[in-house]
Amino acid sequence: MKEKLVIIGNGMAPGRALEKLFETDPDRYDVVIFNAEPRVNYDRIMLSPVLSGEKSFDDIVIHGDAWYIQHGITLYKGCKVEAIDRVKKTVTSVNGITESYDKLVIATGSVPFIIPVPGANLAGVVTYRDLDDVNTMMIAAKARGRAVVIGGGLLGLEAAAGLNEQGMDVTVVHVMPTLMERQLDPAAGYLLGQSMKSRGVKVLTAANTKQILGEKRVSGVELADGTVLPADLVVMAVGIRPNGALGKSADLAVNRGIVVDAQMRTSDPSIYALGECVEVNGATFGLVAPLYDMANVLAAQLCGDEKATFTPVATATRLKVTGINLYSAGDFAEGDDREEIVLRDATAGVYKRLILREDKIIGTVLYGDTGDGPWFYDMLKRNVDTREMRDTLIFGQNYQGGAPLDPTAAVAALPDEAEICGCNGICKSKITGAITAKGLTTLDDVRAHTKASASCGSCTGLVEKLLLLTLGDSYNPSAVQPMCKCTDLGHDDVRRLIVAKELKSIPQLMQELEWKTSCGCAKCRPALNYYMIATWPGEYEDDGQSRFINERVHANIQKDGTYSVVPRMWGGMTSPNELRAIADVADKFKIPAVKVTGGQRIDLLGVKKEDLPGVWADLNAAGMVSGAAYAKGLRTVKTCVGSDWCRFGTQDSTGLGIRLEKFMWGSWTPAKVKMAVSGCPRNCAEATCKDVGVICVDSGYDIAFAGAAGLDIKGTEALCHADTEDETIEIIAALTQLYREQGRYLERMYKWLKRVGMDSIKAAIVTDVDKRRHYYDRFVYSQKFAQIDPWEERVNGKDAHEFAAMAEFGVPQAAE
Amino acid sequence: MDDWVEIGRIEQIPRRGARCVKTAAGPIAVFRTMEDKVFAIEDRCPHKGGPLSQGIVHGAQVTCPLHNWVFSLETGEAQGADEGRVRTVPLQVVDGRIFMAAQAMLAAAE
Repeated sequence: MKEKLVIIGNGMAPGRALEKLFETDPDRYDVVIFNAEPRVNYDRIMLSPVLSGEKSFDDIVIHGDAWYIQHGITLYKGCKVEAIDRVKKTVTSVNGITESYDKLVIATGSVPFIIPVPGANLAGVVTYRDLDDVNTMMIAAKARGRAVVIGGGLLGLEAAAGLNEQGMDVTVVHVMPTLMERQLDPAAGYLLGQSMKSRGVKVLTAANTKQILGEKRVSGVELADGTVLPADLVVMAVGIRPNGALGKSADLAVNRGIVVDAQMRTSDPSIYALGECVEVNGATFGLVAPLYDMANVLAAQLCGDEKATFTPVATATRLKVTGINLYSAGDFAEGDDREEIVLRDATAGVYKRLILREDKIIGTVLYGDTGDGPWFYDMLKRNVDTREMRDTLIFGQNYQGGAPLDPTAAVAALPDEAEICGCNGICKSKITGAITAKGLTTLDDVRAHTKASASCGSCTGLVEKLLLLTLGDSYNPSAVQPMCKCTDLGHDDVRRLIVAKELKSIPQLMQELEWKTSCGCAKCRPALNYYMIATWPGEYEDDGQSRFINERVHANIQKDGTYSVVPRMWGGMTSPNELRAIADVADKFKIPAVKVTGGQRIDLLGVKKEDLPGVWADLNAAGMVSGAAYAKGLRTVKTCVGSDWCRFGTQDSTGLGIRLEKFMWGSWTPAKVKMAVSGCPRNCAEATCKDVGVICVDSGYDIAFAGAAGLDIKGTEALCHADTEDETIEIIAALTQLYREQGRYLERMYKWLKRVGMDSIKAAIVTDVDKRRHYYDRFVYSQKFAQIDPWEERVNGKDAHEFAAMAEFGVPQAAE
Repeated sequence: MDDWVEIGRIEQIPRRGARCVKTAAGPIAVFRTMEDKVFAIEDRCPHKGGPLSQGIVHGAQVTCPLHNWVFSLETGEAQGADEGRVRTVPLQVVDGRIFMAAQAMLAAAE
């Protein structure tokens, strides 16, 4: 019989402990988790990039639902535990769930400190602790009003920068004379203040909050000196304190936090605690590295290894505000027994300070240029005697021993135990070891296997250098991404930044994202044009000059420079009238070839470019529109005759195909999208090799997607079953919209699926009906601007210059 | 040698686009860049004969619509790994009016 392990709290520390536990002894426990937040485990450190819009919540999830399922964990979401019964060994949640335990872990984290001033409980006063706080702030920021952030520490400044990025007018009120005084000395604090001001954030230091003003909602903040700051939002970020309430009510030993020993044991032998809620030897902890150390110790304890103990070490701090580099570690107070080395470069905004005691580094503060932070920190931890290099120490690792080393060599020179990833406590040898042992070749691989650079990402450069060092020339970082040679950014980054920075034109994007070429290239421009159209329907004006010729003139260029024209035939159905019009057009314009396509329609081949508007006019007159046979968009919906005619047909496959095509035509997608609907599992419409295929069955509609029958041949994969036509259409439209928002330009659906995984797609489209509806609504909205026949527009004169020569000159224009 | 033939005005060509001029020497593509510079090259890719006037214009370069060869509009040289060149045709622009070198518009003298 397995032991039962109950964990109260689902933050990063218990998450890490469980990972370790499952690595060592996966079958030892039945695990039950109570999470007061209604969600899975996410990377709390990365809330700031979510607030600033640089990342989405999905980007910072550490363990998705699948992880809990795979490990057989019972996770109660949104279930706050209110009581522990140590005699019966049970815990009970506010909503009445009781679970018994053999071992209990308390990981209730911390609570934000609220300064006890009048008005602190008004609506519009928020703390900065979890995703709900971030969502509240982001909603408040939509109104673009004024925000006051109380607290100029790490969290307060990240909140201020994020709100500023979201368009709010932000003032930081800090009680101490300089910012981040716990991590920075006054000089670096001053530089940080200047950087914040240059971004438009106002900073008031030595400012004491007297009260928060407002009737029901906050209207302002009054300082002790009488200054009144108007505010629509007040963020209280003055600090956190351990959340030991549950421990206290269960009569465990609690001081500032729940008291645990170096083995993470509380005063009850069956109960452990870890994370921000604990106190070890009188100290409490708020940064992630020591919490992860605790997690390792706890996991070892739970596996029966009682030797593992937690020893607090100095922790380095970084601020996660894009464009501000600061690094601090250790002790940097002044004192008689200490010496210091300081380097300043005012123009470059660089400040470096090392604090030494008996020739050993005990603290460092770096601002502006933080590249040597890990090197100094490593020497600090290893107690290295620096006498030999004293004269050049402050210049950093590159200047030790003669000529400057290149940055890769500097990383090569780091000792094996040097810490590379501070967030996750990963040292150099662990990364290089994993690269070699597991044959890792990309940054994503290293993140997946070691977690290095997977949290705040500030050590990404170091990890890439380790890849380069370990793999040599076979490591090609560019294989990891760049969209094209015009940028170092990958497709996903560009898409994210288009949304985050609200980039709404290609020139604006190239300016803001520092494109290396003046106007892009034939690779990035069509991609950017698509991303703009997909992101800003109704706002972005299509840039024809950034489209490939086929999409610019709405016909397919052929090898001889003529074009082919394919009108839509909804669901593959046509009529004598349409066929007559096609025949007449072919005669009238002397079109040399007429062919039936694989998508159940008719292709007119060899049309001269100048004849295109005339051909389209005649086809329009017979009621036909462009078949978009040239488009990265919806192509055809192939059907069989279904229950109308076929003796095996189970549903009206033709009718559904026509509905789908009429609903979805005109939409632009990352790559072409071909669909089909078959009336029974005999599958005469060949739906199982399409981007989206529907197989009708007696009970309804089986929806599958991500097939291919081109360069690659691949059957579709099942998405779900729908009972009605309406539901089928909603699911397919939502799926297409998800693809439109996530797919990289020219990435077919089957490659997109391979990249993002079925779980994430099903989570958005199948299991969560609200989410599906959300994508469906967005698709419907974008269709309002997409369903305009491009042929008709051009028949009416749009882009007339495309279809006529600029000038024509007879043969002997200038006789010799 | 100094003969120039007026072919139209710069506004008739879209920025980052091209128009075609039909001549006895074959079609000639006239390009207008983002910065309103104009260039003319023969409208025929040396690779498989693709109409370069139909390509995407970026900087002072064009990408052939058939197989993505890239040419400098200034020199006519193929860029990157591809080798080849297209004939460039001299232009003059006076007050927005574009003039093409007459010599280039003549049928190749045999």
